[in-house]
Amino acid sequence: MSRLLVGPFNRVEGDLDIALEVEAHKVVSARVNSTLYRGFEQILVGKPTLDALVYTPRICGICSVSQSIACARAIANASGLSMTPNGERSQNLLLANESLTDLLTHFYLFFMPDFARDSYAHKSWFKPMRDRFKAVEGTAAKEILPARAKFLHVMGVMAGHWPHTLSIQPGGTSKPVTRPERLRLLAILADFRRFLETTVFGDNLDVVNSLASVSDLTNWANEQPFNDSDFRAFLYLAQDLDLYSLGQNDNRFLSFGNFSESGDLLVKQGMWTTEGGLQDLPLDAIAEDISHSWMDGVAEQALHPSQGLTDVSLQSSEKPGAYSWCKAPRLNGQVFETGAIARGVISGVPLIQALVTQSGANVATRVIARMLELARTIPHMQRWVTDLDSEPYCHNDEITKNGTGVGLMEAARGSLGHWIEIKNRRIQRYQIIAPTTWNFSPRDVRDQPGALEKALEGAPVLEGETDPVSVQHIVRSFDPCMVCTVH
Amino acid sequence: MANLLWLQSGGCGGCTMSLLNAESPDLVSTLENAGINVLWHPSLSEQTGTEVKALLNQILNDEIALDIFCIEGALLRGPHGTGRYHMLGGTGIAMIEWAEKLAAKAKYTLAIGTCAAFGGVSTAGDNITDATGLQFEGELRGGLLGSDYVSQEKLPVINVSGCPVHPGWVTETLLSLVIDKPIKEDFDDFARPRLYTDQLVHHGCTRNEYYEYKASAELPGEQGCMMEHMGCLGTQAHADCNTRLWNGQGSCTRGGYACINCTAPEFEEPRHSFTETPKIAGIPVGLPTDMPKAWFVALASLSKAATPERLKHNARSEQLIYPPTLHKKNKS
Repeated sequence: MSRLLVGPFNRVEGDLDIALEVEAHKVVSARVNSTLYRGFEQILVGKPTLDALVYTPRICGICSVSQSIACARAIANASGLSMTPNGERSQNLLLANESLTDLLTHFYLFFMPDFARDSYAHKSWFKPMRDRFKAVEGTAAKEILPARAKFLHVMGVMAGHWPHTLSIQPGGTSKPVTRPERLRLLAILADFRRFLETTVFGDNLDVVNSLASVSDLTNWANEQPFNDSDFRAFLYLAQDLDLYSLGQNDNRFLSFGNFSESGDLLVKQGMWTTEGGLQDLPLDAIAEDISHSWMDGVAEQALHPSQGLTDVSLQSSEKPGAYSWCKAPRLNGQVFETGAIARGVISGVPLIQALVTQSGANVATRVIARMLELARTIPHMQRWVTDLDSEPYCHNDEITKNGTGVGLMEAARGSLGHWIEIKNRRIQRYQIIAPTTWNFSPRDVRDQPGALEKALEGAPVLEGETDPVSVQHIVRSFDPCMVCTVH
Repeated sequence: MANLLWLQSGGCGGCTMSLLNAESPDLVSTLENAGINVLWHPSLSEQTGTEVKALLNQILNDEIALDIFCIEGALLRGPHGTGRYHMLGGTGIAMIEWAEKLAAKAKYTLAIGTCAAFGGVSTAGDNITDATGLQFEGELRGGLLGSDYVSQEKLPVINVSGCPVHPGWVTETLLSLVIDKPIKEDFDDFARPRLYTDQLVHHGCTRNEYYEYKASAELPGEQGCMMEHMGCLGTQAHADCNTRLWNGQGSCTRGGYACINCTAPEFEEPRHSFTETPKIAGIPVGLPTDMPKAWFVALASLSKAATPERLKHNARSEQLIYPPTLHKKNKS
């Protein structure tokens, strides 16, 4: 048995290291360490309630709007406040703008550059892939950055800037959209859609969205040469390198649901397991374990976030057996994976369900689910903008003086929840469970590994590898956000 | 060629995300055209793990020149000076230690964002992690590196503050390092580049007509000036947000919410709610920069008395109710 410590692990958001135990050229166990602690749950205590809208987006620079929305929903929930229809559409648009930007950033800047590594130099596809996806130098980076920046002009119109807007309010948004702005937004979205259709997918999004089975996807991919579009290039790589067998785990999925339309959720809330299929989400059954976290508290007593505590100290940083600043959230005591693949399965997207039935969650299907979400969400964005009108954008009813609330939503990387307790107009307790907290959690009191830790077991390690490329693919297939994870 | 190394410490990564929004030209082209070679950036570079550790050691051993050293995020000294709240992944060494050693080698050291410059949001509340800026702790000089620190080019840490930074603030500061040779006078008292801090957020604010007549907004979404009731610090905040604009055409005030002066040290603890203006006897406590208080009060009451009906009503509305009156040369 040999040990490897992989880090600093980059092209993830934030800092990360992973300790691997390797035997017979395979990872036998992994420990995932979130190496940074900032203490937002402690910073927020004692602040005026609405000031949370200033602090929480700053938990994360890449899912900033997601944090704002979870926070606004938690305050609204505590206050019994609803959004105006325009406020709802605006929040959906801002969230979709951020999440789709993140999906694109992840694919091009974080994930694909690993296929341009010299370790693949012997592959027949290496030269075109390297020319396209090489970090910094590849042709993709120079196309993607301007397209990404132009797409984020939606934020310039609707949120002042990204990241870290203060436009998102419990009752909607502080930015009413004017008639010329609505037309400008439609122009921005049409331009971005064209970019997706020409560069990313190489086909009309309606066609991509109509693919309903694994054979549909395979046939579509084979219609054109692999380097005809970047998504086809990935499908080709996934086949050639058998990324479908890499990074599997127990296929338990979780989604908090997203995109409220008159109160109904476009992306569904629920949980899905291989044994039980789709089920309602028992929110009371969520608890955060701290047995392997550098946290003070009772290790045997996992707490529901509405009762959660976050305490750190010099002693806790030396706690025996602990190896991460991340807590370990569990649902019914079990490990769940969250993200685009979970949303697809739980919302009943036929192609995602077919892919999961065939090979579960793995490096290939996680990335495919993300790309399909990009294609699927753009038409909704166009519809939301079309529906914007001059009716009110914000309900400004008063925020509760005392109360408790929860804000649940889906960030790009998965389920994000904020739990707030307000006393005398100030925050008494604030607990956050971020998507990567689920996915990259450490072990729990029963020694169950987290979702990534499990997915790494069995990963091949080639002779002489110090930072195994298989591990690179598996870790990044989750699109981790470490700054959110530990907040 | 100028070598650039970028590390992320106790922050949210938002300054990098904002930097990727650079336009005309994009970030990669801007750096390439200026002859800036990215040795390593956590979001952009291929190298990971072993390769990165080797690179850092080569810099420390003087085998690779470090021209520009950027740190994003606050430096976390806790618990009890150990720096354990942020150990650089895979190294078992605290980020504060890496930062000190690398800063000693750098021609220029840049703090990117308010966290790295002054401590920022990471220091809010009780500052549990004992976070600090590189060379400032709030308004006080010192920080991690101490007030005497100068980089190899004899400059203190350059504080490109902002929460987040505007991509242009970063790219133009970087360009100024390779194109001009900056001197101390190019920076303000908080060591921020005067490239963007010689202006106020108030300059170019689209709500200026409301400000002139003290026609104020009272609720989110209303069009009026946000200084009187909603906590806006645009008249005191040093930055060019409303002339440069963000993400094509935005700014905080254009997004319908108050400027919270995020380029300034200690902005994270306003000692009152961010979105409410503290007042004494009905007069806002923080008045515009360089304006004598008595004059402000006199002018404000005069202009309030003269507020046109159009502005009075528009100020309290989400959408424009009354467009400006059209003046025709020929009256019929």
